[in-house]
Amino acid sequence: MASVCFYFQVHQPNRLRRYSVFDSDSNYFDDYKNSQICRKVAQKCYLPANRLMLDLIERYQGRFKVAYSITGVLLDQMEEYTPEVVSTFHALAQTGCVEFLNETYYHSLAFLYSRQEFIEQIRLHQKRIQELFGVQPSIFRNTELIYNNDLAHFMRELGYQAILCEGADHILGYRSPNFLYHPPGLKDMKLLLKNYRLSDDIAFRFSNRGWAEWPLTAPKFAQWISKVNGNGNVVNLFMDYETLGEHQWEDTGIFEFLQHLPEEILRHPDNNFMMPSEVVQKYEAVGEFDAPHVISWADIERDLSAWLGNAMQSNALHELYRMEEQVQQTQDARIIADWRRLQSSDHFYYMCTKWFADGDVHKYFNPYDNPYDSYINFMNVMDNLRVRCRQVQLAT
Amino acid sequence: MKVLMLGWEFPPFISGGLGTACYGLTRAMSDIGVEVVFILPRPITSEYTTHVKIASPTTLGKYISKDTYQLPGFENVTFRSIPSMIQPYQDNGEYQESLRQLRQKVSEIEAVMGQYLHEDVAKMVSGIGHYGGNLYEEVQRYARLGALIAQEEEFDLVHAHDWMTYPAGIAISGISGKPLVVHIHSTEFDRSGEHVNQMVYDIERQGLHYASRVIAVSHLTKNIVSSRYGVNPDKVSVVYNAIERPGSFVNAERPAIRSDEKIVLFLGRITMQKGPEYFLAAAKKVLEIMDGVKFVMAGTGDMVQRTIELAAQMGIGHKVLFTGFLQGEDVDKIFRMADLFVMPSVSEPFGLVPLEALRNDVPVIISRQSGVSEVLRHVLKVDFWDINEMANKIVAVLRHPPLQATLREHGNFEVRKLSWKDSALKCKEIYESVLTPVSGAVAGGS
Repeated sequence: MASVCFYFQVHQPNRLRRYSVFDSDSNYFDDYKNSQICRKVAQKCYLPANRLMLDLIERYQGRFKVAYSITGVLLDQMEEYTPEVVSTFHALAQTGCVEFLNETYYHSLAFLYSRQEFIEQIRLHQKRIQELFGVQPSIFRNTELIYNNDLAHFMRELGYQAILCEGADHILGYRSPNFLYHPPGLKDMKLLLKNYRLSDDIAFRFSNRGWAEWPLTAPKFAQWISKVNGNGNVVNLFMDYETLGEHQWEDTGIFEFLQHLPEEILRHPDNNFMMPSEVVQKYEAVGEFDAPHVISWADIERDLSAWLGNAMQSNALHELYRMEEQVQQTQDARIIADWRRLQSSDHFYYMCTKWFADGDVHKYFNPYDNPYDSYINFMNVMDNLRVRCRQVQLAT
Repeated sequence: MKVLMLGWEFPPFISGGLGTACYGLTRAMSDIGVEVVFILPRPITSEYTTHVKIASPTTLGKYISKDTYQLPGFENVTFRSIPSMIQPYQDNGEYQESLRQLRQKVSEIEAVMGQYLHEDVAKMVSGIGHYGGNLYEEVQRYARLGALIAQEEEFDLVHAHDWMTYPAGIAISGISGKPLVVHIHSTEFDRSGEHVNQMVYDIERQGLHYASRVIAVSHLTKNIVSSRYGVNPDKVSVVYNAIERPGSFVNAERPAIRSDEKIVLFLGRITMQKGPEYFLAAAKKVLEIMDGVKFVMAGTGDMVQRTIELAAQMGIGHKVLFTGFLQGEDVDKIFRMADLFVMPSVSEPFGLVPLEALRNDVPVIISRQSGVSEVLRHVLKVDFWDINEMANKIVAVLRHPPLQATLREHGNFEVRKLSWKDSALKCKEIYESVLTPVSGAVAGGS
């Protein structure tokens, strides 16, 4: 029995505007650019993809299922710039074949720096998802699938039954990601591991003509899925939603691929589609997945080096969270909101010097020419935020 | 393969990018087995000697015959010097001034020593009378002398560095029938902005068109060559300059006590091309919001006086230090003291100094209007006129140690990848393409 579990991450950050050391106003974000990008992605991805999903769900009458996690920062932007997208997600929620997960509202690394802030951001996300879609997710995914044993214990306390994480080879060893596992010491918590090979076949290699398996057709992929039968329970296909139409443009045939995929997969009677909570209910954990060090789904290293690989990144993050108390004390909603929007992991991703020389798909939405400019920009903004906090402090 | 190269005196006898580039390139050529006859101008005395003793390479190399010598480290190179006063980056006024000073010094020597003058010196001294009265005459005289020497040599092609050697290159190529490759390190537009000297421009143009191939030090320069001189871009190849491997840098001393003040360094000729006024404008902006910074301008040039006055006018005179011309160890010392190096060049064909800065672990801000910005990634780039952004970046580097650290680390690593060997190999490829019979390249311009 191979259950295909599709999960799509839906996120866009609030990008900063050019902010020099001489700027002193408190508009940090490039609203114009963010709105342009939001609308562009809506046209190229969210709207056509959502329509496709709705279509497939209807056609297969409940046998096709998907899961999403949409960040709060994107929901805010969509409400303002592309409300029609929100209504298509709402429609998806009504079908009963779509599951929503929880994550941090601001797509942040708060788990690593401030548990209090982390909880707060989860609560905010829970509230939003409940408001918009009327659901209370029982499954959690942390920003960029950042995970370790600690997180599992922490989420258990918060009442979640399962977490998504990366099927990292160095932890799995010879074992397959196509089973459920449990964290050490927590037998009743389940982990859904991303099958990165099959996920990346769609997310990255799909349009690469140099790839041995190009072109990837629905029958071919379905065959790979079917091979899992007897060797695994579930195939977790986790990827960015922007894969459909943005990372992989429409002319690569990605939508046609997805359109035919359910038919091909369901051809084999042992295959089906499941939502994460169904997977968790149906299958037992077959063993322990021990992650004492933090893993993620980013880059080849699958660790934190994308956001914490150099001195600039660690300095920026450290300074940001050092401000927490000061920010909270102002009790100023705007200051707190700005501080939170600065926490989005993307800001630190832009400061990464790892891939700088090579150029990457990750540079696609990068508003900076180089990582140093992004650091300088970010620090200038933070300096101003500090000044604002102090002003409030002095006024009271 | 043997190439006759028309080049320039190496450091430390002469300074500036041209000498350094010739040094690096020729050495690398020798290392990869290309034979070189290196013809260069040598004045009887230079402004850097203070006694009658003539600074000559006899202390370094060995003379084969009068004016012909070899140097250690340059196994495949024979050097031949021509007595001449031409120096790179000079304009006619400066040339005439140097000539006047030389004549005065010589007549002083003659007056004092009279018939006791050493025989060789007397011969050299009497030769001064032949020097061209102005720069253009001297360049033509150099061409004649170069052609004479070239007739004594055998070679496959001619390679000329910058405009003053182009007439010589054309002459030698014409007489020998061997093809000419011209190397352009800077154009008259880089040096003089829009007010180009027509005579220099004409000579540059003549050389660029006569040559079978043109080597430019950057795409920036290649663009100028094709758009301003009408040269077919297919004829122009880009070969980037590089930097020598550091010698005993590992043992360099760091000053034991560092002052609390941050130092932002400008190092280069203080002339229009290098954008000194933009440096000062950015400095002023920085000083408005930051204390504990000093701006150091190391170098000299035709704009020194004006720049000193400008700093005073702007009210930052006490924060801007002028060191005058630095060379040798002093350059290393100042790099070690600097927290940041800024090159706000208005038009820089390449720019070797940023490479030196990176090699000395100093983070760098360069203008986008420079050739070297095509090659470096781990530096901060800014448009030379954008003084707000320049100041923004200066403040950021000075205020945030992690930024400085990351730039330093990656910059140093990056500069190691630039080697003269790669440039030499590219030149060799160009030579081979010029010499292949299929392309039928012969002297006579194209």
